[in-house]
Amino acid sequence: MRIVAAGDWSIVHLDPIDRQLRKLLAAPPEARRAEIDFTDISRFDTAGACVLARTATFLRAGGLAVDLKNISEAQRILIDKIGRGGVPEPVIHLSQPLYIEFTGRVGEAVRAIGGEALGMLGFVGAVVVTAGRTIVHPSRFRIVPFMHHMEKAGFDALPLVCLLTFLIGAVVAQQGAVQLKQFGAEVFTVNLIAIIFLREVGLLLTAIIVAGRSGSAFTAEIGSMKMREEIDAMRTLGLDPMEMLVLPRVLALIVALPLLTFVANIMGLIGGGVVVQLMLNMSPGVYIQRVQEAIGFWTFGVGLVKAPFMAATIALVGCRAGMAVSGSAESVGAQTTRSVVYSIFLVIVLDALFAMFFTAVDI
Amino acid sequence: MQKGEPIIEVEGLVTRFGDNVVHDGLDLTVKRGEVIGIVGGSGTGKSVLLRTILGLKTPDAGRIRVFGIDLAELPEEERRLHERRWGVLFQDGALFSALTVAENIQVPYREHLHLSPELMNELAAVKIAMVGLKPAAATLYPSELSGGMRKRAGLARALALDPEILFLDEPTAGLDPIGAAAFDELINDLTETLGLTVFLVTHDLDTLYATCDRIAVIAEKHVILIGTIDDMLLSRHSWVHEYFHGPRARAAFAGK
Repeated sequence: MRIVAAGDWSIVHLDPIDRQLRKLLAAPPEARRAEIDFTDISRFDTAGACVLARTATFLRAGGLAVDLKNISEAQRILIDKIGRGGVPEPVIHLSQPLYIEFTGRVGEAVRAIGGEALGMLGFVGAVVVTAGRTIVHPSRFRIVPFMHHMEKAGFDALPLVCLLTFLIGAVVAQQGAVQLKQFGAEVFTVNLIAIIFLREVGLLLTAIIVAGRSGSAFTAEIGSMKMREEIDAMRTLGLDPMEMLVLPRVLALIVALPLLTFVANIMGLIGGGVVVQLMLNMSPGVYIQRVQEAIGFWTFGVGLVKAPFMAATIALVGCRAGMAVSGSAESVGAQTTRSVVYSIFLVIVLDALFAMFFTAVDI
Repeated sequence: MQKGEPIIEVEGLVTRFGDNVVHDGLDLTVKRGEVIGIVGGSGTGKSVLLRTILGLKTPDAGRIRVFGIDLAELPEEERRLHERRWGVLFQDGALFSALTVAENIQVPYREHLHLSPELMNELAAVKIAMVGLKPAAATLYPSELSGGMRKRAGLARALALDPEILFLDEPTAGLDPIGAAAFDELINDLTETLGLTVFLVTHDLDTLYATCDRIAVIAEKHVILIGTIDDMLLSRHSWVHEYFHGPRARAAFAGK
């Protein structure tokens, strides 16, 4: 049996050659000797060597004496180098039956949720301990980072929060007015806006904006510090990252979110007021009076009481996700996504729990 | 193309970042088939030179010809064709993090060629064995590899298309001495068997000594000296003298 290799045996033109050789080897002709002729090869690279080395190895395994004719020194070195460990095992792609894959993923997700819950609990505990220590030694409280984060998470968020709540207030008023008009009850649009904003929407909207804006920033900041081993460096210098990074952020958000919520409520009411004046011709003076009649202290209180809890949730989730970053840059991205998803999820769950609680105590 | 003819020619290269002039009229010629080491103090623009030759940074003045062609003047399509003729190993391997080692090596196959999956897998396995990784590394993701393994995998990807020129940016930085020595040997092996031209940016005196045919020293915004190790040792230039006669250099060259 004689194989004449000729022309370009570089990777660019190798695919048809490889198919041909595979076909040949699938049904090898009866022979005792095989000769591979290298004379007319014009270009030869590792890919060509790989294919020929495999062919030769296969033929030898079939009991043939293989002769490489007119092989140049460079070609021999290349073939020897590749054939040194025999033909390497093909790359295996692990794949499993669908049902194993599926149940495996479900199990993994359940375990991950359990681990996450435990980890979060531990983290909350650690923050509480740190907070306790800071209360005992108030001088250890980091006032500068606290103010810095108040500014970044609170003050800098004002334009966005104002604009969005103003618009949502206007939209709610407009939709409410159109619907209520059908019953001739359009004056109650004011009650709708006031109650829905002060109790729920003002806070919820602000919390979601802050989770997307500041919760993610907390994760990214702490995460990239973790990645660059800054947090380990802090520990070796005897500094407590909980005290320096986490506590100021958590407290800053706990103070900032209620303030933002207050502004959001006002902006929502203004947005509603503008629409009410345009659609129902209600003057600002009457609007303010109607708002006062519509709400009591607790309408406002319910919204504001929830704010610090949501703030703590967002900040804790954000900081913990940052601390959970491991080594690589992509893990910062993954944790940031998780942090936003978790904090928005938890904010809404928390809101639902509060709604049940306030219904139970009749507020 | 013949061995010994110029394969990379840099003429009068000027690069700056704002007011900071990195290269001012830098000339360098690399010959086909040689291993050239680029040395210079930190911040002298070794990596910048490499990136400029690769076309990742546009030169502010001067001409760069690779394979005898000024790639900057070619239309996009043709340039891509020539870019397949070199392979690059970045400092930390620069593997695509979403792909396994084998998939990383197969990226150029998938993008540029039409190969059967069996052949691609086989070639990936060959490259993996060639750079001294275990077959099991094929299915691992970059985040699961050590620094040395990442460099080897990066090298395997750089070699995927059997390039004519191999650019290496600090290939032994961060490796342990055994790993670094194995890497030197690997480079020697590859240049011998594949006839590669290697453009090597390094600080590692052992690597310079073990692998390079010629060394180019970048200082004062130029290539101030180019030649063999012996030329370096004879140089009177203060920085070159200090570099090749310092305590670390003496240790590296001792007994060789």
